[in-house]
Amino acid sequence: MGRSINIALLGNPNTGKTSVFNRLTGLTQKVGNYPGITVEKKEGICKLNRTTRAHIIDLPGTYSLNASSMDESVVIELLLNKNSKDFPDVAVVVTDVENLKRNLLLFTQVKDLGIPTLLVINMADQMKRKGISVDLPFLEKKLDTKIALVSTRENQGLDLLKELLLNYRQLSTQPTIDLYTIDQQYFENLKAAFPNQKLYKLWLVITQDVNFAKIDRKRVSDATDFRTQSESELKRLQQKETVKRYQFINEILKVGLFIDRDSATDLRSRLDRILIHKFWGYIIFFLILMTVFQSIFDWSSIPQDFIDTSFAALSELAKTRLPEGVFTSLLAEGIIPGLGGIIIFIPQIAFLFLFISILEETGYMSRVVFLMDRGLRRFGLSGKSVIPLISGTACAIPAVMATRNIENWKERLITILVTPFTTCSARLPVYAILIALVIPQGSFFGLNYQGLMLMFLYLVGFGMALISAWILTKTLKINSKSYFVVEMPNYKLPLLKNVGITVWEKTRTFVTEAGKIILAISILLWVLASYGPGKDFSEAEQIVTEMHLNIEDEALTTKINAYKLEHSYIGILGKAIEPVISPLGYDWKIGIALISSFAAREVFVGTLATIYSVESDAEETIKNRMASEVRVDGKPLFNIASGISLMLFYAFAMQCMSTLAIVKKETNSWKWPMVQLFGMTLLAYVVAFSTYQILA
Amino acid sequence: MIPLDQLALGEEAEIEQIETDHLPLKLIEMGCLPGNAISLIQKAPFSDPLYLKIDESHLAIRKETAQHIFVRLKK
Repeated sequence: MGRSINIALLGNPNTGKTSVFNRLTGLTQKVGNYPGITVEKKEGICKLNRTTRAHIIDLPGTYSLNASSMDESVVIELLLNKNSKDFPDVAVVVTDVENLKRNLLLFTQVKDLGIPTLLVINMADQMKRKGISVDLPFLEKKLDTKIALVSTRENQGLDLLKELLLNYRQLSTQPTIDLYTIDQQYFENLKAAFPNQKLYKLWLVITQDVNFAKIDRKRVSDATDFRTQSESELKRLQQKETVKRYQFINEILKVGLFIDRDSATDLRSRLDRILIHKFWGYIIFFLILMTVFQSIFDWSSIPQDFIDTSFAALSELAKTRLPEGVFTSLLAEGIIPGLGGIIIFIPQIAFLFLFISILEETGYMSRVVFLMDRGLRRFGLSGKSVIPLISGTACAIPAVMATRNIENWKERLITILVTPFTTCSARLPVYAILIALVIPQGSFFGLNYQGLMLMFLYLVGFGMALISAWILTKTLKINSKSYFVVEMPNYKLPLLKNVGITVWEKTRTFVTEAGKIILAISILLWVLASYGPGKDFSEAEQIVTEMHLNIEDEALTTKINAYKLEHSYIGILGKAIEPVISPLGYDWKIGIALISSFAAREVFVGTLATIYSVESDAEETIKNRMASEVRVDGKPLFNIASGISLMLFYAFAMQCMSTLAIVKKETNSWKWPMVQLFGMTLLAYVVAFSTYQILA
Repeated sequence: MIPLDQLALGEEAEIEQIETDHLPLKLIEMGCLPGNAISLIQKAPFSDPLYLKIDESHLAIRKETAQHIFVRLKK
């Protein structure tokens, strides 16, 4: 057993901090799971030498220790909480050689907290091309630290970084700037009141509006001397502090950093000229989106069909090979179809995250934010809402989490509230099967009807997101300052390893988190469908046999099973809600699927599969089985009217427990998830009702 | 001295004065401080938001924020 040290990785966004993290930890990393914790906490293990292990936390990217978004608050909360088990023994500030000046601002702040702080200068491979050189010994001396010059792209400098980390005890913990020079009187008073604390730390406690677990914030801010400062005076002091820090940094860089502007190539302005062009910029964005969606559907269909048939075969195999009984039935009719319902999503989710992470890694996403800000602001959203709305097409959970970098609370809240309208991948199987059932084959100007219907449903989702955002902006009375500052990073080729790790992490989290719920529901459903109260269920065989005396064996079995299902617990439940949903065109079996879908939409198909397979053992595909369902009057249950009504219900209703849970975490209140649950579901009911009544 | 939102595309200027109370601290920390060089790289439709180069940072801000930053053109 060797020793273990805690390391915190900090840095501005777009400095390659996460690449450094990925290089150091590889696949040993784990990401804190939703639902459960508010903060996406990435941590990993790196072996520094034979006896020492480093426990590394990759903190969210931040421009400074003055937090303006939730992600940034996380950083400060950790750095100020000495009692946290993750409190770093050493902080590593990752900087990009091209933005060294601005990146060093954060470095000076972290160092002033009295934590041993190492500096990483990343993207060393870019230096020659950009005409940059640095005087390392000079910088080390003036910044009073050790520096590792690293290229994550070419895997250079990481051994040196590990070696420096091993010797972190030799790092100085002296502050870089003297706060007294900002306002002698104010800071002397502060120090006199709390002589045992680091001055900069006290200053942060006063200025930052974050949760300080063990620091007695109350004691500090209650001291009358410091409360008298108005917000605007505090900000003036913060500005002076920033000026001081830049003076310090500029002095050093004047000698320590050389940039030969002439040798710089200008990829940025050439690409920007096209990609954010007033007209072509939008066309290109639209084309990229089209390509992404097309490829998600085209490329996913092959592995999805394979998964579908494999699980059907597996279920059949379990039924025929295992001895008959409760366990076999649970396995073949509950667990295996349930698992299949999770795994079938993997290809689509993986492809979507592949595209999203490539768009982010290249720096293109910031350009989209720039292009869309004005248009989205009309609806009360922000340019930054684009990322959640696009991610929402995979899954609302990561999408809601992606709203964290929207600084304006009102814009962020509205984005969270409307994101679940975007067509997430869980709605896809519902749409897919219903479209195949009720929308005729055939084409219109070369576009087939079924494809058009799917596109229409996506547009309806986005449209409803925008409309409800607009309504919320007009009705919500929240005053929050509208600040919008977006960095436009340099264009970069995406790093394969980063993209790979993102895809792996997001997909894995989806499978484990959503999977648990889907699996649990499948089992619950099977139990509810396999048992029932009273004689109607337990003596079903006798009752049905007496009712139909002259009937073939096979038909009799079907009748018995149907009778049993009707009188099982779930049948009773479905029957109970039938009066409410029959004006929408649904029967009690769809009712059951609707109820179970409130846990997660994707269980819709699985539920119908479970219900129908319990009802009959006929080896029919679920689609054919659905097509043969009839109403009391003998007409098919699924027709244009009921099919479209059902699709629109799924488009608008809030049927996802995990999303509700994450919204509760992110908004810190049950109010907003309840608004979503009741508001969206009511809307869904009204729309589905009108649709059915008009079309039927 | 003119407000930043009246700067023309491609023009180079120097920040003269900022209204601290109306600006996010983050913007100040990214280099939006008196004395630093500033230029307008691109405008989105309706001149909002603005894509700027401030000191060495490339960033986008909204027009309403830009109105609180005053610049002087470089000769």
